[in-house]
Amino acid sequence: MARKKENNILHDHNGDGIDRRGFLECMAWAGTGAFCIMQGGVLKSFSMSRIAELDTKKMAGELSFVQISDSHMGFNKPANPDVAGTLKAAVDKINGLATPPEFMLHTGDISHLSKPEQFDTVDQILKGASAKDVFYVPGEHDVLDDDGKQFLERYGKGTKGAGWYSFDKKGVHFIGLVNVLNLKAGGLGTLGHEQLEWMEDDVEHLTSSTPIVVFAHIPLWSVYPEWGWGTEDSAQALAYLKKFGSVTVLNGHIHQTMQKVEGNVTFHTAMSTAFPQPQPGKADSPGPMKVPADQLRSVLGITDVNYVRGQQALAVVDSTLG
Amino acid sequence: MAGLATAVIVALGLLLTGSSNVAANAPQPTITEVKIDNFSFTPATLTVAAGTTVTWTNRDDIPHTVVSADDPKAFKSKVMDTDEKFSYTFTTAGTFTYFCSVHPKMTGTVVVK
Repeated sequence: MARKKENNILHDHNGDGIDRRGFLECMAWAGTGAFCIMQGGVLKSFSMSRIAELDTKKMAGELSFVQISDSHMGFNKPANPDVAGTLKAAVDKINGLATPPEFMLHTGDISHLSKPEQFDTVDQILKGASAKDVFYVPGEHDVLDDDGKQFLERYGKGTKGAGWYSFDKKGVHFIGLVNVLNLKAGGLGTLGHEQLEWMEDDVEHLTSSTPIVVFAHIPLWSVYPEWGWGTEDSAQALAYLKKFGSVTVLNGHIHQTMQKVEGNVTFHTAMSTAFPQPQPGKADSPGPMKVPADQLRSVLGITDVNYVRGQQALAVVDSTLG
Repeated sequence: MAGLATAVIVALGLLLTGSSNVAANAPQPTITEVKIDNFSFTPATLTVAAGTTVTWTNRDDIPHTVVSADDPKAFKSKVMDTDEKFSYTFTTAGTFTYFCSVHPKMTGTVVVK
């Protein structure tokens, strides 16, 4: 970790160990956890070791929720033969948070093979979390062979189309998007015309001061198109959000934390609770990355998000399982 | 003597036939297997004679599919977990492109002569 930090931090202006000009700040800290706060369009990052110096009252905020992702229940290969065990560890981590989250977002790949018993196991394990409500969007592993029919039956009550929806919590507007269906040969994730039209209507009536959280499985920014890590028509979705002062985009799929800030939009990807994947281009393929068993939990984790009303700030904290 | 000359000519003929037909539909041994490994199809382009059954085998730790890119789809596998196989018999000549519907960056082609 120390070596990686040296390599990635080029401009440490504030002595916090993070180069805020780069886009991969939080990645440098993937193994140790990082705290990132958006204020007035500027990303401020702190290593976990300096969190004690921050004002915890400000951090607590008025709305706290947790993002988990890529449980891949049913995966049993050497990269992690016990994905149920690490999901339980994630639940323990959530239950131990200083500010109990009000609900959870699951950004997809709940199951590994879309099998009913895999969804059942995840449902059962997540019942152990202090936060009872879970809002889901599907990953490509959740819609295998049936174009998402089973996912819709299980998790899609009250949703539109293939399972997209929005809801409000304490003044924050949440939008759950589906970008894992109708994928075309050679292409990336896809939202599609119908969903984009719905989204345009959905945000039209909102005032520009409404904080927006968008969550979807495949990143809504171009992380690494060579591995399919991006969404064909995400630019159109983001265009509808231009008027808003605070937009936070939460994704999964790539099994590692990454962060990027573009104007009023903060993009963030979460760790998996099942297995890590290599950094873009650092392996022959994006397949599961094997790490020594005693290091596995240091590359899996959860994402804790806090909203502070009036501060236009959503604090995004990644923490590893071990 | 005449017998030896014929044998040499036949051998030479085989050599020439062999060298010019490496990628074409030589009667045997024809490759009819496509491996799925490291998120790619190998060989990426496979040429077979009409009537050949092609079998794909998933060697990855991650599930994949084999889905025709044509509309309507000429063929479509169920999801294949590790070591699972899918076979399809190509009865008509043509160029058939396909992809993994889970990881659409993965594409391949079967040319049927």
